[in-house]
Amino acid sequence: MNKAMKCTAGTADQYVLLQVNNLVKHYDSRSGLWGKITGNPGSLVLAVDGVSLTINRGETLGLIGESGCGKSTLGRAILRLHEPTSGSVTFDGTDVTKLDADSLKKMRRRMQIIFQDPYASLNPRKTIEDIIGTALRLQGVAKSSDIRGCVTQLLENVGLKPDHMTRFPHQFSGGQRQRIGIARALALNPEFIVCDEPVSALDVSIQAQVIQLLDDLKRELGLTYLFISHDISVIGYISDHIAVMYLGDIVETGPTKQILTDPQHPYTQALLSAVPRVDGSGTGDRVKLTGDLPSPINPPKGCKFHTRCPYAKDECQLKKPEHHELKNGLTVACHLVTGN
Amino acid sequence: MTEAQPILSISNLQTRFATRYGLVTAVDGVSLDVMPGECVGVVGESGSGKSVTFASVMGLIKPPGWIDGGSIKFEGQELVGMSERSYRSLRGKYIAMTMQDALTALNPALTVGFQIMEVLLAHDSQISGSARNRIREARARVIEMMMLVRIPSPETRLNDYPHQFSGGMRQRMMIAIALACRPKLLIADEPTTALDVTIQAQVLELITDIRQTLGMSVILITHDLGVVAEYCDRVAVMYAGQVIESGPTKSVIGQPSHPYTQGLLRSIPNLANLDKRIRPIEGQVPELIDLTPGCRFIGRCDVREVACTQRVEMRNIGQGRTVRCIQPKGNVQ
Repeated sequence: MNKAMKCTAGTADQYVLLQVNNLVKHYDSRSGLWGKITGNPGSLVLAVDGVSLTINRGETLGLIGESGCGKSTLGRAILRLHEPTSGSVTFDGTDVTKLDADSLKKMRRRMQIIFQDPYASLNPRKTIEDIIGTALRLQGVAKSSDIRGCVTQLLENVGLKPDHMTRFPHQFSGGQRQRIGIARALALNPEFIVCDEPVSALDVSIQAQVIQLLDDLKRELGLTYLFISHDISVIGYISDHIAVMYLGDIVETGPTKQILTDPQHPYTQALLSAVPRVDGSGTGDRVKLTGDLPSPINPPKGCKFHTRCPYAKDECQLKKPEHHELKNGLTVACHLVTGN
Repeated sequence: MTEAQPILSISNLQTRFATRYGLVTAVDGVSLDVMPGECVGVVGESGSGKSVTFASVMGLIKPPGWIDGGSIKFEGQELVGMSERSYRSLRGKYIAMTMQDALTALNPALTVGFQIMEVLLAHDSQISGSARNRIREARARVIEMMMLVRIPSPETRLNDYPHQFSGGMRQRMMIAIALACRPKLLIADEPTTALDVTIQAQVLELITDIRQTLGMSVILITHDLGVVAEYCDRVAVMYAGQVIESGPTKSVIGQPSHPYTQGLLRSIPNLANLDKRIRPIEGQVPELIDLTPGCRFIGRCDVREVACTQRVEMRNIGQGRTVRCIQPKGNVQ
């Protein structure tokens, strides 16, 4: 906990591993050939619309939001799996967005990703040895004679048996496949891993196994995670800090405990109170949201949340709220939360 | 227990499938009663047989599957072995089911208005007269149903196709179709699994509201214990084709008796107490092919004994609770 205290300001550089600054990812279909032929003007999708984040070394930042809010796009843009439109991603002092192909390839040894769907993210025609060993071979970090030994070690680290190496993905259950995905991400001994909904495709009892594995690995290997999920209890369990995303913007960030016990942004409050609790503790005064997430093609002007916000005022429709830091460590973008 | 007769009574249901790998007993001796006006939650992980149980109730089990034994009674009427013709007059009118995954369950080539109207024209005897008259009447009812599930401007939206609606709205459309004839029992199969939490809350509260206004019974099939805890009166926990524990929601979740239910509850991070470490259940759900007669959970259980290799029957442990375990202890934490 004391470590979290030190890092909330995010200024002390020896603690900061990843600094995302005003990152933007727009998908533009306005100038396509198809548009010219059909006369369809196309659209501009503001998937990630100016996001700034700080992740401290050895910590987990949980990124939460509804589907379509841009959280996966953000995770991928940070790794440059999707090329960001603008903004910067500083990883350990290096701006990742400015790297050329060779340096980016080297940088990828240090930053990896675990994908959401363990059924779609493993090549069905390759053996587990190939799937996990490919990165080792491509990056030239292990001699081909050593690869088998490395894969054996990795499989043991994630709780699989070495003789699983010769099998194919279809011979494994969902939970085991996700372990393979984790082993693949760990192969290059990275410092930072983007976990993109790693447990949402799994059953409850298996989900707990994988969360525990990720938590253990983080401690043993000193990893830093960006943990993307729509499940608040999972995020709450694994994260040190939480960032709440809505339609391409971060609306609130702060230490896990503060976000969960005393959220300030109306959207965070609504999100938290919508979670059904096993102990029945959540049934009290539920902040109800009406309607659906608006489209990121033509997001609402001003505060993007004003169309669903139970407390929206005129000001909210006109001006986009700035982020401001509150006393309890939360940073909130809302006109109604002034912090005084 | 009151004198009231259960609206749905499943007893000792066996549903099997012949596959090329062997005989799969997807549902093995499931018994469950649903009282009028009650909301019963059925929880279990994938492959636990919860969907197949209710596909059996709806008469939707087709070869290579068949119902191998047991009985399903709806208001005293036996459904197992009933003719397809009789089933057709029952389904949609008295028992309705919303299918998992609203994103694919609606027909993409037909307008949603038509899909709701279809049910009404097939079942509702109050809609009568000339063809034009019937359609006009049915249309009015469709608008009423769409208003009930809170679709904005239903008069224009009934001519839209499913892809023009969001996920939450499509799920509400499915509910509108299911409720069109005011059934006495609604079976909702994972109604919110594909939805975000804020939309999930909207849909579940809608189902609860309608249940109370129409006085119908609801069976909520889900894998989310939180959903059960908040919305269901009673719960049945399924594991590998069997109900392994059932009873009033509060007492089952507060003091689970079966080691599997206990393990399941320990696997979920508790938002109110995040310092409490989760404890996963080790191992995996067994294959349902060529099962041994003993307890299905034996391979993953911490407290197993030799006697667990024998067939374990459902036992009554008082206060309306039953458990399929030879040594149900109190709350082992």
